[in-house]
Amino acid sequence: MTLVDEKAQTASGTLVYPATPAAAAAAPGKPKIQARGVEVFYGEKQALFGVSIDIPQHQVTSFIGPSGCGKSTFLRCINRMNDTIPICRVSGSIEIDNADIYDPRIDVVELRARVGMVFQKPNPFPKSIFENVAYGPKIHGLTRSKSELEELVTSSLKRAGLWNEVKDRLHEPGTGLSGGQQQRLCIARAIATKPEVVLMDEPCSALDPIATAIVEELIDELRSNYTIIIVTHSMQQAARVSQRTAFFHLGKLIEEGRTEDIFSNPREKQTEDYITGKIG
Amino acid sequence: MSATLLFLILCALAAAGFLIGRYKAISAAGGDLRSLHSLTHYHGWGIALATFLAGLTVLVGLSLASSAFPALAGPIVLPGVVLVAAVAAFVVSYLRIERDFRARNYVEAMVLGLLMLASSIAILTTVSIVLSMLFETARFFQQYSWTSFFFGAEWSPNFRGNSNLGMLPLLWGTLYVSFIALAVAVPVGLFAAIYLVEYATPRFRSMAKPAIEILAGIPTIVYGLFALITVGPILRDYFASPLGLGQSSASVMTAGLVMGIMLIPFVSSLSDDIINAVPRTMRDGSLGLGATKSETIKRVVIPAALPGIVGAILLAASRAIGETMIVVLGAGAAARMSLNPFEAMTTVTVKIVSQLTGDTDFASPETLVAFALGITLFAFTLGLNVLALYIVRRYREQYE
Repeated sequence: MTLVDEKAQTASGTLVYPATPAAAAAAPGKPKIQARGVEVFYGEKQALFGVSIDIPQHQVTSFIGPSGCGKSTFLRCINRMNDTIPICRVSGSIEIDNADIYDPRIDVVELRARVGMVFQKPNPFPKSIFENVAYGPKIHGLTRSKSELEELVTSSLKRAGLWNEVKDRLHEPGTGLSGGQQQRLCIARAIATKPEVVLMDEPCSALDPIATAIVEELIDELRSNYTIIIVTHSMQQAARVSQRTAFFHLGKLIEEGRTEDIFSNPREKQTEDYITGKIG
Repeated sequence: MSATLLFLILCALAAAGFLIGRYKAISAAGGDLRSLHSLTHYHGWGIALATFLAGLTVLVGLSLASSAFPALAGPIVLPGVVLVAAVAAFVVSYLRIERDFRARNYVEAMVLGLLMLASSIAILTTVSIVLSMLFETARFFQQYSWTSFFFGAEWSPNFRGNSNLGMLPLLWGTLYVSFIALAVAVPVGLFAAIYLVEYATPRFRSMAKPAIEILAGIPTIVYGLFALITVGPILRDYFASPLGLGQSSASVMTAGLVMGIMLIPFVSSLSDDIINAVPRTMRDGSLGLGATKSETIKRVVIPAALPGIVGAILLAASRAIGETMIVVLGAGAAARMSLNPFEAMTTVTVKIVSQLTGDTDFASPETLVAFALGITLFAFTLGLNVLALYIVRRYREQYE
C-alpha cells in the first residue's frame, strides 16, 4: 500500500503507477519502453552488452537473431522475469512510461501485471480453461463479482480467438487442448490481467503452420490495444507480424528500425548476413 | 561335505568353464575370430552359467525333496548328485561349442531365466505369506465368531478360555496413533519440502536434504526408546498432569508424536521429488502473470503436485498403521476406546506381539487371533498402498 501512496505523491508524474491509458496517450510519439545501456550477467558470463532501444506503443516489435544472441534475455528483462534466476544480474535502465522498472520502489508483482508474458512452450496450468484465464484477475483482484469475472474471462477468450472453440467446455482442463489452442489460451490468460505490454518468447515455435498462422493473425489484432514484443527465430514471421524489428547478435543489439527497412535495406553488414542466411 | 564347500566347488567349476569355453571358442575360430557366431566370452559364459545353474538347481531341488526322502540328504549322496549334474552340464555345453554355435542366444536366455526366477521368488514369498496367514485366520474363525471379532468392543484375552477378542479397541488405537502421527508429519514434511524446493539455496538444500533423510535411517526401536524415556515423561509432567488429563507416560500422544517425527523424512522426501517434478514453465507462467512466489506455490505448484502429495501421505499412513516398536514402547498396552490422547491405548500391532510372545502353541483362539489381526492390518495397508499407487500413477500422466 505504501508503495502506491508514495508514487501518487510524486507529483512530477514520472513515477505514477499504474499509468492510465489517458496519460500515455497524452504524450504522443513518446516511446512506451525506453531501454538504456542494459547489461545482463549470468554469474561471470555477460549475456547482454549495453542494449539501448525505444519501443513504440501499440506496435509489434520483433527481436530476431541467432540462438544465444540475448534476445530472450532482453525480453525477460522487460518484466523482470530474470529476477527468478538467482545468478542473474541486470544493470542499466529500462523505463516504461518514463518510470524505471528497476527502481527499488517498483513492485515487481505490479510490473508483471502490466507487462504480460507468453512463453515458448504453451504452459497452461493443470486447471480448467476458465480457471486458467481467471487466474490473473483473481490474483490481482481485478473483478468484484462472479459475473464480472465471467465477463472478463469471456472477453479475454474472445480476444484471443478461442471463444468459439471452448465456450462449451470452459470447465474442462486446459491441458486437454491442442498445442495451438493451448498457446491462445496462454495469450488469453496474459491479456485477462489487462496488461499494457505483452511479451512473447517464440510463441509459435512449438506450433504447426496452421496454428502459427492463427496466432500471427491474433497478434496483429491485439496490436491496437497492446504494445507487443515478440522474439522469433523465423524471419518470415518477423516480417509478417511486426512493424519494427531489432537484430541481436552475440549479446549486442546490432540494428533496429522499421521492419521493411531492416529486411530490404539493412544498414549493418551483420544484419544483412543474418537475414540472407549467411550466419546464424 | 558342507554346503559352503559344495557351493565354492560349483563356483570354481563355473570359473574354469568360462576359461575353457573361451579357449575352445578361440581355437574353433581357427585364427579368424570374426568367423565365430558369438564373441568368445559368450562361449565362456555359456559353460559357466550352465554348470552353475545345473548344480544350484539340483542342490535346491534335493534339499526340498530330502524332507520326504531322507536318503537323499546323505553326506555323500547329495554332493555327489549335485556335482554329477554340474559336470554333466559342463561337458554337454563344452561339446556344443563350435564355430556356428549360437552361444550368445543361449546366454541371453539363461540370464533372462535367472532374472525371472529372482522376481518370481519375491512374488511367491508374498503369496505364501498371505496364504499362511489366511490359513491360520480360517482356523481362528472356526473357533471364534467373526462378528464378535470385527465388531466386538471389548478386548480381554484370557488364556484359560472365554476371551473377548473384539478388535475395535485395537483398531481405534491404531487409527488414533496414526492420525496424530500424520497430523505431525504431513504439515512439517510438506512445508519442509516446499522450503527446500522453492526457497532454499542449492547449497543449503544439498546439506539439509541428507540431514532430514538421516531421520529415516534411525531404527524404530531407537524412536521407541526416545518415546519411552524422553517424550512420554515430558508430556506427562508438563501437559497431561497439569491439565488433569492423565498420569500415564505411555499414551497415544507420545507414540503419535514420535511416530510423526519418524514419518517426516518419508513425507518430505517424497513430496520434495513430486514438487520438483512440477515443470518450471508452470511456475514461470504464474510469476509472469504477476503472482508472488507464495501465490504461485499455493495456487499452481501445490495443486499440480497434489495427487502425488496425497499418494505420499497415503504411503506414510500405511507405514504408520503397520508401525510396531514405537507403539509397543510408547502407547501402552491397555485396550480401550477413549478420546483423551494422554491415556494409554494399544494398537493392533502391539497386541499381535503380546499375543504371540512366550506362547508357541498355535491352537487356542487367543494365539490364533494374532493372525486375524495381522491379515486385517495387511488388508488395510495393502488397500492404502494400492490407492496411493493409483493416485501417483494418474498424477504422472498429467504433464505428458
